[in-house]
Amino acid sequence: MSEEREPPPLPGAAQTVFPEPQDAEDLFVSAASAMESPEAACLSAEDISPSSNGPRDDDPDDLFAEATEEVSLDSPERQPILSDGPSPAITPVTPVMISPRVDVFDRSPDQDEDEEENRDTFDIQISVSDPEKVGDGMNAYMVYKVTTKTSLSIFSRDEVCVKRRFSDFLGLYSKLASKYMHMGYIVPPAPEKSIVGMTKVKVGKEDLSSVEFVEKRRSALERYLLRTVKHPALLKDPDVLQFLESSELPRAVSTQALSGAGILRMVNKAADAVNKMTIKMNESDAWFEEKQQQFENLDVQLRKLHASVESLVCHRKELSVNTASFAKSAAMLGNSEDHTALSRALSQLAEVEEKIDQLHQDQSYADFYLISELLGDYVRLITAVKGVFDQRMKAWAKWQDAQVMLQRKREAEAKLQYANKPDKLQQATDEIREWEGKVQQGERDFEQISKNIRREVGRFEKDRVKDFRVVIIKYLESLVHTQQQLIKYWEAFLPEAKAIA
Amino acid sequence: MEVSSAEAALSVSASSIRITDVTQDGDVLTFAIASQKLNSSAGVCVFRIYEDFDWLQQSLFSQENLPGLQGIIFPPLPSKALPSQSNTQTKALKQLGFLALGQDWQSYCKALEFYLQQVAAHPTLCKCKALDSFLINSESPGKQRGRKGIFNRLSQAVEEMRKESHKDVDNFFQNERNKNTNLAALSKVATEKLLDVVMTEQKLALACGHFATSLHLCVNQDDAAAVAFSKVCLKLSDVIEAVNRNFEKVASNDLSTLGLGLDLESRYQEAEKVWECVLMIACKLIELETVKKGTEKAKASKREVMEAFQKAVEKEFNLISSVAKQEIERFHSSRVNVLKNFLIGWCELQLNTAKEFAELYSQHLEACRNMYSE
Repeated sequence: MSEEREPPPLPGAAQTVFPEPQDAEDLFVSAASAMESPEAACLSAEDISPSSNGPRDDDPDDLFAEATEEVSLDSPERQPILSDGPSPAITPVTPVMISPRVDVFDRSPDQDEDEEENRDTFDIQISVSDPEKVGDGMNAYMVYKVTTKTSLSIFSRDEVCVKRRFSDFLGLYSKLASKYMHMGYIVPPAPEKSIVGMTKVKVGKEDLSSVEFVEKRRSALERYLLRTVKHPALLKDPDVLQFLESSELPRAVSTQALSGAGILRMVNKAADAVNKMTIKMNESDAWFEEKQQQFENLDVQLRKLHASVESLVCHRKELSVNTASFAKSAAMLGNSEDHTALSRALSQLAEVEEKIDQLHQDQSYADFYLISELLGDYVRLITAVKGVFDQRMKAWAKWQDAQVMLQRKREAEAKLQYANKPDKLQQATDEIREWEGKVQQGERDFEQISKNIRREVGRFEKDRVKDFRVVIIKYLESLVHTQQQLIKYWEAFLPEAKAIA
Repeated sequence: MEVSSAEAALSVSASSIRITDVTQDGDVLTFAIASQKLNSSAGVCVFRIYEDFDWLQQSLFSQENLPGLQGIIFPPLPSKALPSQSNTQTKALKQLGFLALGQDWQSYCKALEFYLQQVAAHPTLCKCKALDSFLINSESPGKQRGRKGIFNRLSQAVEEMRKESHKDVDNFFQNERNKNTNLAALSKVATEKLLDVVMTEQKLALACGHFATSLHLCVNQDDAAAVAFSKVCLKLSDVIEAVNRNFEKVASNDLSTLGLGLDLESRYQEAEKVWECVLMIACKLIELETVKKGTEKAKASKREVMEAFQKAVEKEFNLISSVAKQEIERFHSSRVNVLKNFLIGWCELQLNTAKEFAELYSQHLEACRNMYSE
């Protein structure tokens, strides 16, 4: 594997290696032309094997990886493409690698289908808890405890606790996305960065909004991990295992500029670039077109729903504030009232209203964490789904380009035959064989990603129904609880009201 | 206590008075008022507009030859509603508070109905001919703009007296006045806060409705997976729709009982304030009257005449005083009773609503658990 590797470009050349978004396409096409040019960055999966696990110190790619980091530290989030998106195997590829690659591609589906059947033995619980602030001022950050309880054998222990910070989660997502997205896997996106939210926390404001922010983030991180391990391929990924188990994790520096949305934006920008080019995909399979349209519609609908629920949450909070205010005014009225029984009844009224206020607050948390965050998560997931569809288009385009190249090479060879230049002819023949290989590979890749996407979409749709069902039940449970509490409060108040002589 | 010679007890039962309907024609609201005759099973129905209520109130104020009138706490009449299109809800809320809420002027009608019942139940006011005429005559009282009674005559003086901190007739009234000022302010605040709560409950109901509708739009029958998801969305929509109805019910309960009660309490406190001023003015007038007469009579120096006058004045004074004290007792027990009934009504309604929806949510929960068990 290592013999054929091109020397990585010097850090200074990194700028050309990570070109403007419209050249993203080139990253694919030029993968095989590594012999011809030192352009090495590509999202090829050639070297992806379960054992490759991101930038390692002893990896000959090291220099290259550093170059990546340097670039990303300079670049703002607006140019996510410059960050270390495709993290582990950023190695130039030669066509000779075709065979091991095929294995890699074929590995997952069969094994994953087995995983599907073993779902009922899916036994892993993850919790994110105990947020702790580390450090002071603008360099401060929150550290979360990640606890994994499982009986699965791929884990070394039944129960393990590690400490992770937000950028660790982003780093994990970044690695998983670069490894799996181009294969058509829907990788759950990590939660969004929030400059405002974090600044408040850093500055040390202990107010309600920063407490709520930390709780919101904690919950989001937990959901993110749970979704990630629910995916059969991701569960077995060494990066995931390392994240959950190892006490020390190399700091994901490059995520300073990158977030889940950043990666997806990069991917989607690349897709736009594909679309801008004249290649229009001939969809031979109506399923993909229909599904894409469905997801477009779903995206719009979910966003609307999310906005609706946010409005609900907002009003519920307002109700809580108003109820508390009314309770106070009722208490004051009770205090000023001469008539003893009436005074007591009014004070009781104030107490009931205070308790109802608390119920409103609790219910508003349910509204938010159950429904609003679910919808928000799905809006982000749909972006990931759209991303894999775009990856398929890229794979198709690559395949087509290879075919075009092959045709050109054939034409060139034909011309050379007439020109009678034997040495060049040999080279031309070699190139034809090379490109025939690429065409075959392109077709195989395309078919594989199509197959993966079908399976992934099926899994996604099943999970979606399950997730929503779980939420409905939890939400109904909270509604029932609230009403039962209300019944208690009113039943306690009634005799007080009747006792007014 | 002497009563006017045209004493006519009310011919209908006070508790049977109902406002059964209201129609709107442009700016004018017309109320249908029904009541039950005391001596027969016959019912009476008349149609009145706000100006007719106003006429009634003024007639009550300006009753002549009713000793101790100044001591009466008059049931408060709600302000006139201005239903024109240009009147936005904010304006209406500012003007009428709680009475502006509710469908089709229901709360407002309830308040007017209550006013009539209170007047009819008052031992002295029920004898006013104007009341009987208001409730029975098919012709409306007409455009009689009779004498405005005490209030217009003394309106300026009322303002003056309010500004000055005046020594009251009695310590009893002083205490009453302090308590009243305090309670009036507090009940006004409580009414406003409850109004805020009810408005927010209604906003929540609306938001739930929108959300439930949006969920309906997610229905999609393209394939099996879409159908499964659609079913889930529809289920959630049903649940949210139930929450919507829940909030509407809760808001309506708040409105029809506690809201109305607090509003009434608030307006009664205001009425009591006015009463106190009237009392003070009456006493002041009597004082002035005494001084004036005293100065006149001094010339005549007929001691017996003076003393006789003095006694008459004292008698009038004591009469007002005793009526006032009775009124205060009656006022307090009535108000406590009114509040009690509203509080019980409110609590019972909310309890029933909570039970109803606990049942409904539980049914949904059962159904979901059964449907989704795999």
